Amino acid sequence: MRASRIIAVSAAALLCCACSAAQVTFERLLNSAKEPQNWMTYSGNYSGHRFSGLDQISTRNVHSLIPKWVYQLGSTGKLETSPLEVDGILYATGQDDRAFALDARTGRPIWLYQRQLPSDIRPCCGRVNRGLAILGDKVFMATLDAHLIALDAKTGAVLWDIVAADYRTGYSFTVAPLAVKGLIVIGVSGGEYGIRGFIDAYDAATGQRKWRFYTVPGPGEPGHDTWQGDSWKVGGAPAWNTGTYDPGTNQIFWPTGNPSPSNRGAGRAGDNLYSNCLLALDGDTGKLNWYFQFTKHDEHDWDATQVPVMIEAGGKHLIAQANRNGFFYLLDRVSGKLISATAYGKQTWSDTKDSDGRPVAKKEASPTLQGHTVCPGALGSTNFMPPTYSPQTGTFYVTARDQCDIFSTAPQPYEPGHAFYGSAYFPSEDSEPYLGFLKAIDPATRQIKGTFQHTSPTWSGVLSTAGGLVFSGDAEGNFIAFDSSSLKPLWHFQMGGAVYAPPIAFALDGKQYVAIAAGSAVYAFGLP
Amino acid sequence: MFRCYPAALVASLSLAFAAQALAQRNPLAGDPKAAKAGEYEFRINCALCHGLGARGGGRGPDLTTATKKHTHSDADMFQVISNGIPGTAMPANGTNGQGVGMTDREIWQIVAYIRSQEVKAPAKPIGNAAHGKELFYGDANCSLCHMVRGKGGRLGPDLTGVAGSRTREAIIDSVRNPSRRLALGLTEPTKEFPQEYETVTAVTSDGKQIKGVTLNEDTFSVQVMDMSEQIRSLEKDHLRSFQKTRTSAMPKYGTDTLSDRDLDDVVAFLMTLVAK
Repeated sequence: MRASRIIAVSAAALLCCACSAAQVTFERLLNSAKEPQNWMTYSGNYSGHRFSGLDQISTRNVHSLIPKWVYQLGSTGKLETSPLEVDGILYATGQDDRAFALDARTGRPIWLYQRQLPSDIRPCCGRVNRGLAILGDKVFMATLDAHLIALDAKTGAVLWDIVAADYRTGYSFTVAPLAVKGLIVIGVSGGEYGIRGFIDAYDAATGQRKWRFYTVPGPGEPGHDTWQGDSWKVGGAPAWNTGTYDPGTNQIFWPTGNPSPSNRGAGRAGDNLYSNCLLALDGDTGKLNWYFQFTKHDEHDWDATQVPVMIEAGGKHLIAQANRNGFFYLLDRVSGKLISATAYGKQTWSDTKDSDGRPVAKKEASPTLQGHTVCPGALGSTNFMPPTYSPQTGTFYVTARDQCDIFSTAPQPYEPGHAFYGSAYFPSEDSEPYLGFLKAIDPATRQIKGTFQHTSPTWSGVLSTAGGLVFSGDAEGNFIAFDSSSLKPLWHFQMGGAVYAPPIAFALDGKQYVAIAAGSAVYAFGLP
Repeated sequence: MFRCYPAALVASLSLAFAAQALAQRNPLAGDPKAAKAGEYEFRINCALCHGLGARGGGRGPDLTTATKKHTHSDADMFQVISNGIPGTAMPANGTNGQGVGMTDREIWQIVAYIRSQEVKAPAKPIGNAAHGKELFYGDANCSLCHMVRGKGGRLGPDLTGVAGSRTREAIIDSVRNPSRRLALGLTEPTKEFPQEYETVTAVTSDGKQIKGVTLNEDTFSVQVMDMSEQIRSLEKDHLRSFQKTRTSAMPKYGTDTLSDRDLDDVVAFLMTLVAK
C-alpha cells in the first residue's frame, strides 16, 4: 500500500471509531470509493464493479498472504454469501436464512439470526442466500419463505418482518437486497414454479412497500402481447440477483430470469417480456424507462440475472454483462441500445444476429422429445457468480464454463407450488469433461485477453483490487490470487470446501483483508 | 433459475410422508395417467443417470428390470427416491441439482412409471459365471487392476457392485472401449472426490518418471496411484513435466483378446455379485 493510501485509510478508520454509532447513510453508499476500507453493498459499489481500491496486498507481496481467521457455521449446504464489512463488523448470511455479524478482526461472532422456516418452502437450487444490504442501523435479508426482514445491525433483533409473496405457490428470495436512498430493493426467485416475477422496493424504516414492478406485464400493459393466452399468469421472469444503481440518472438496473416453464416454449409463443431482460427502472417509482431482452423466448433456462456492470469508456456510459447464454453484451445505459454482443465461450445456439445486433436462436436449438445437444448447457456460460470490473486495468473478469447439455422436452401441467420446467436437461457426454475458466475480457475490443483454466468449472465470483490482483475460488476448495494482467496464479490456499461465493476486501487498523466463504465457513486472509 | 448442484441435504420425514412411505403399494398403481406424468417427472429428475427410458447408462442402473438391487416393494422404491442410497451416487429427492424436490404424489407417479416400464419376465441369464470368475482372476487379467470383494488390484475401480449400478451394455462398452468414457458421474454433487481414473505421467525434478491414475486433483496438486499401487502426492509446480490424458490405463479388450462369449461370462460373474 502506498503511504498516501495508508494515511487515508487510517484517518477514515479513526473517524469511524470516533463515531461508534456509525450510520450507513445513502451518502456513504454513494461515495463508497472514498472509504475502500469498507465493503457496504453486494458488489462493493453501486456500479457493480466488485473492485477494491485497497492496494496493500499486491502482486509484490501476495505470495505471503496467510489466513487470519475462519468462522465455521456448523451447518450443511452451500454458502453463496457476499459479506458486507462496515466499521469493523462483517455481516453475512448462511444456509437456511442464517444471518450473522462477526468481529472482522478476529472472526468472533457478535450475533446470529436463524430464521424459523416453514417445512414446505420451495427453493429451487439449494437453501441459499446471497447476502445482506445495510442502511442506517439496520441490515436487510430477503428470505426463502418470501419475506423481507430488517435486523438491528448491532444485535440481530428483528425490527420488522413483512410478507412479500406466498411461498406456498413457489415464491422465495435468495437475492442480496440493494439499498437505494431510503428504499430496499429486492427481486424474487421462483422461475421454476410458474410464478409471476417482480421487483419490489420497501421503505427501509417501516417495511412498507413503495413500489412493485411486475416482470411479466398484465393485461393492458405494454409487453403483455408477447405472451400467448394466459401463459403470462405463470410466466416466471424472476429477478434473483442484485442489480446496480446509477445516481446520475436515478436509475436502477436490474436483470431478470427465465420465462416459465423454463425449457419449453410451447404454450407461451412470443418474446415473453420481460424475461431475460435488463430493466432500467426509476429509482423512486420503479417505473420502466427502458429494457433490453438478451434471449427472446428462452427455452434453455438462460436467466439474464448476471450483475449488470456500469462502465465508462470512450466518453460513453455503458453497461457490460457476461450473459448466461454465452455472449458478452455492451449496452448504452442511457438509451438501452445494444452496442455489441460477442461470444465469450462455447455456444452453438446462435449463428445470426438481428438488425440490432442481437444474437438470434437457431430453430434447431429448441429442445426435442428425443433430446438435442446445445451449448452452453442449462447452467450457462456463467451463472449467478458475480464478475468484477477493474477500472485500473479496464478489464472485465468473469467465471466461465464450457459445457453442453442435452435438452429434452417433458410437458408438465401447471400446479401451484409445483416444479414447472416443461423439459429436462442433462449433460451431454460428448462434451465431457466440462471446462471451467477465469476469463479477462477487454470491453474496448470485446476480445478475451486472458484465460485461466480451472481444474473443473467453479461457482466462485471474482474480485479485483488496486493491488493489481484478481481473486477467485474453485470447486476444489482453493482460494487463488491472480496477477490481473497475466492471470497467472500468484498465491493459493486450500480451504477444504468448494466455493460458491464471491470474495470481498476490507481494511482494519490500516491492514487489508480479503474474505470469502467456502464449504460452510467464512475465511479472512491478510499479510503476516 | 440456476439449478446448480447443491450439496446433499437429508430430507426430514413428515408424519404424512412416513405414513405414505409405510404403504406397501403405490396409491397410483396401475393408473396410466399417473405413469405418463411420472415419465416426465422421471425425465426431469432421474434421466440424468438412469437414461430417458429408464434403461440405465454409464451412471445408473437399468430400472426396467423386474429385480432391483435396492428395492422390492413400491414402498422401498418410494423410500429410495426420497432419501437416496447412502454411499452411492443416488441422491435424496431434491438434492441432485436437476430439480427442486418432488412431492409425495410426484414420487408415486415415478414409481408408477418405472413399474410400467418393467420387463416382467427376468431376462434369461447370459453367460457362465463360474467361467467368468476364472477369467476375471486368471487369463483375462482383470484382477490385476480391479478388486472384487477384497481381492484384486487397486488401479481401477472396485467392481464388486458395478453390475448393480451400471447396465450390462455399459459394462461391456467399458471393457471394449475403456477410454471412451472413464468412470463417469462424480461431478459436482460429489465434487469432494471426483475420481475419473485419468492416466497421469509425471517427471519429478530429479528426473524420475511416475505413471499412474489420478485419485484426486486440483489446480496445484495431484494425488496419484502409481503402477505399483503406491500413493504419490505431487505438487505440479515442482514437477519437470506433467501430462494427464483421458486415455485409460486399461488396455482395450478386443474380441481377439476376450471373445464375446468370454466377456459374457465375465459380466455374468459380476452379475452374481449383486444378485439377491
